Amino acid sequence: MATQASRFAGHLMISPAMILLLGWMIVPLAMTLYFSLLRYNLLQPGTEAYTGLTNYRYFLTDPAFLTAMRNTLALVGGVLVITVIGGTLLALLLDQPIWGRGVVRVLVIAPFFVMPTVSALVWKNMFMNPVNGLFAHAAKALGLAPFDFLAQAPLASIALIVAWQWLPFATLILLTALQSLDRDQIEAAEMDGAGPLARFGWIVVPHLARAVTVVILIQTIFLLSTFAEILVTTNGGPGTASTTLTYLVYVQSLLQFDVGGGAAGGIVAVVLANTVAIFLMRMIGKNLEG
Amino acid sequence: MGQIELKGVTKRFGDAEVIPPLNLSIAEGEFVVFVGPSGCGKSTLLRLIAGLEDTSAGVIEIDGRDATDLPPARRGLAMVFQSYALYPHMSVARNIAFPLKMAGLDRVEIERKVSAAAAVLNLTAYLDRKPGQLSGGQRQRVAIGRAIVREPKAFLFDEPLSNLDAALRVNMRLEISELHQSLKTTMVYVTHDQVEAMTMADKIVVLQAGRIEQVGTPMQLYRTPANLFVAGFIGSPKMNFITGSEAARHHARTIGIRPEHLSISRDAGLWQGRVGVSEHLGSDTFLHVATDHGTLNVRAGGEVALYHGDTAWLTPDLAQLHRFDEGGRALQ
Amino acid sequence: MARSASLRRKALMTAIAWAIGLAIFFPILWTILTSFKSEGDAIASPPRFLFFDWTLENYQTVQERSNYFRHFWNSVVISLGSTLCALGIAIPAAWAMAFVPGRWTKDILMWMLSTKMMPAVGVLVPIYLIFRDTGLLDSRTGLVIVLTLMNLPIVVWMLYTYFKEIPGEILEAARMDGAGLRAEILYVLTPMAIPGIASTLLLNVILAWNEAFWTLNLTAAKAAPLTAFIASYSSPEGLFYAKLSAASTLAIAPILILGWFSQKQLVRGLTFGAVK
Repeated sequence: MATQASRFAGHLMISPAMILLLGWMIVPLAMTLYFSLLRYNLLQPGTEAYTGLTNYRYFLTDPAFLTAMRNTLALVGGVLVITVIGGTLLALLLDQPIWGRGVVRVLVIAPFFVMPTVSALVWKNMFMNPVNGLFAHAAKALGLAPFDFLAQAPLASIALIVAWQWLPFATLILLTALQSLDRDQIEAAEMDGAGPLARFGWIVVPHLARAVTVVILIQTIFLLSTFAEILVTTNGGPGTASTTLTYLVYVQSLLQFDVGGGAAGGIVAVVLANTVAIFLMRMIGKNLEG
Repeated sequence: MGQIELKGVTKRFGDAEVIPPLNLSIAEGEFVVFVGPSGCGKSTLLRLIAGLEDTSAGVIEIDGRDATDLPPARRGLAMVFQSYALYPHMSVARNIAFPLKMAGLDRVEIERKVSAAAAVLNLTAYLDRKPGQLSGGQRQRVAIGRAIVREPKAFLFDEPLSNLDAALRVNMRLEISELHQSLKTTMVYVTHDQVEAMTMADKIVVLQAGRIEQVGTPMQLYRTPANLFVAGFIGSPKMNFITGSEAARHHARTIGIRPEHLSISRDAGLWQGRVGVSEHLGSDTFLHVATDHGTLNVRAGGEVALYHGDTAWLTPDLAQLHRFDEGGRALQ
Repeated sequence: MARSASLRRKALMTAIAWAIGLAIFFPILWTILTSFKSEGDAIASPPRFLFFDWTLENYQTVQERSNYFRHFWNSVVISLGSTLCALGIAIPAAWAMAFVPGRWTKDILMWMLSTKMMPAVGVLVPIYLIFRDTGLLDSRTGLVIVLTLMNLPIVVWMLYTYFKEIPGEILEAARMDGAGLRAEILYVLTPMAIPGIASTLLLNVILAWNEAFWTLNLTAAKAAPLTAFIASYSSPEGLFYAKLSAASTLAIAPILILGWFSQKQLVRGLTFGAVK
């Protein structure tokens, strides 16, 4: 297909994208690395000094860091469990013959398109608020004391909000994968004497396995950088109860103006994300063969 | 116009030499068919001539001029692709007009030529349709129309009939041959179907693994194949090959006899055998006979009432016996 | 299924599906309904579902007090602007990788994907400082730049998968027909690629509109898009549920509508073509 002339044109046309992304990767990241080695606070300009790995030491030994790591894992893990299981069930449901399937699909997909700040605020105020929220009203109607979601179970509440937003994504991906399943396979299995549970376990599940992997890996990447929901509901609190790694870095960088510390935190976050990324790339890479 | 010369043309993909240095002459107005099994390099060779691939070495001359480094557009050739490669978003008329538009002709001229080409190919009623609304045969004709309208020095066909069903294929074969008769332009045609090759070609080039096994007219290849490969490739059903003592009797490593040159009888003959599968078409009978020298295929004219399990005697027409040495090369 | 599903089973499934669908959609529905209530009705206990005095006063207030349309316009400029920039850079790149694949094409694609995985916090500090020093803080231009780069990998990947679906032979035919590179792209490739480009545009406008990290951290009053505008409602002054609902409904309505059309693109774009 390619000749000398078109190959040269090809290289020329990739270059802007490559150069920009290269710059986007290298320049800021290098700066973050550089800052992480400095004692640099925006409130005291001009007092920057090289401090080696001090920032890292402080950041990693800060009890807030361990809490943040735990919270991050809990948040990501919790949302993944809810969305993958819920998504699979919903996908199976939507694959059935039902009346008005198109409408139901739209209803289920909608939360993904709501911007994070809106969904966070709507949940916080109109549902979870212990005085005026709908959950409070429901509790009172049942004779129970209203539960202050965001004060008493901040991380879980945020996980609920985030899971609500991402459930459509998982459902849509899994539904697409489910619908790409060759019906002939299922019919062949029926001829071979497999009952519905056997068909599900031996044919549907392996087929979905790849899609589930994709869902898990893609969602993990995005969930690691959950930000708006935390900012708008709890500001990471009470204390650090709902602070994730991303939020911790934000707090240090822009609220405490500790550029050096925030940069070190940023690098830690990059390392964490890249570890996950390696697995994702291997997964997506297989698709390139197709 | 339309004289093509290949001198030492080589093609490598990475480390693999797909086409070792190859020489070929295509005369003006000739209908040349490149034929061979899958992967033999015939399509690659065609694409090298077209300019869609660069040669790794060697020279391609068109009408005496070195065209090796010319881009496809400047070689003055037209190509009909296996999948027709019609522009799906353009009507038939615009598809055919496209090369003229690229050549910068004015609208009036373009319309005239498109109408002329459409008339030749019976496409006038379909000029406003899009390719998606056409049948396979019609799309084929649009692809040919797009090629004709450029008045190229030579036409290149890349397995154009393989996507058509059997009946259509026979029709289109005739149409393309007729086209060649009326236009008298050089045509280079690639196919894996030796029937197409035999019926359409002035000259056949048999290729295997990038190498030319033999070049000749259909009858030359049929009567005097240069080696085992060509002998087994040309002719359907395949030539029967016999090795061992029977071949040694004729002073050869392998002898070959075509199914149509074996006569079969219930009573007497040279080789005795047992009929296996027999195929009765009315016009011909194909019999697969198990003999001491292997299973031989026989083609008999008309109906022969021999069936599975019957004993039969085969006699080869010795004048049509082919002999091959240890290297597979034809003897005498 | 080859056999007809029994009517009873279908009815049962339909009931379950609708129940779950409505439950999931409920928060959005509730928000839209509340936007038409008075503030008193909004927090009424027991909650009023459909029977209340419908009013448009919240929409009026939102418009007047916080200059909603300026934020809306910012969202439009930023999401459309960044997507168009990304397309401009990505179309040639995706063309090259789809039609003139080289030895490094696969690696380049994977590398581009990897840049999407870099967490934004990792570069928050330098970007913030660079923007502060170059006056790009709180500017639409600054956000367009950042969002272009954030979404570029997805745009390139989506276009790449769409371009790969265009049969190469058609482009070769164009070359044989005498089309130079420019004519090939203009008359053949682009018309065939338009659906793919449109899909990519749609998904990325949605992603940019909803982006809530950079838009929150790099803007203040001037360039704040809707994401930040809504976030400012998190510190309430008195009763505000109905106004919040009105503001929210206005903010999410365009994307909800666009989102309905973009389901297929979402699957392809966000899984980088791994699921189609």
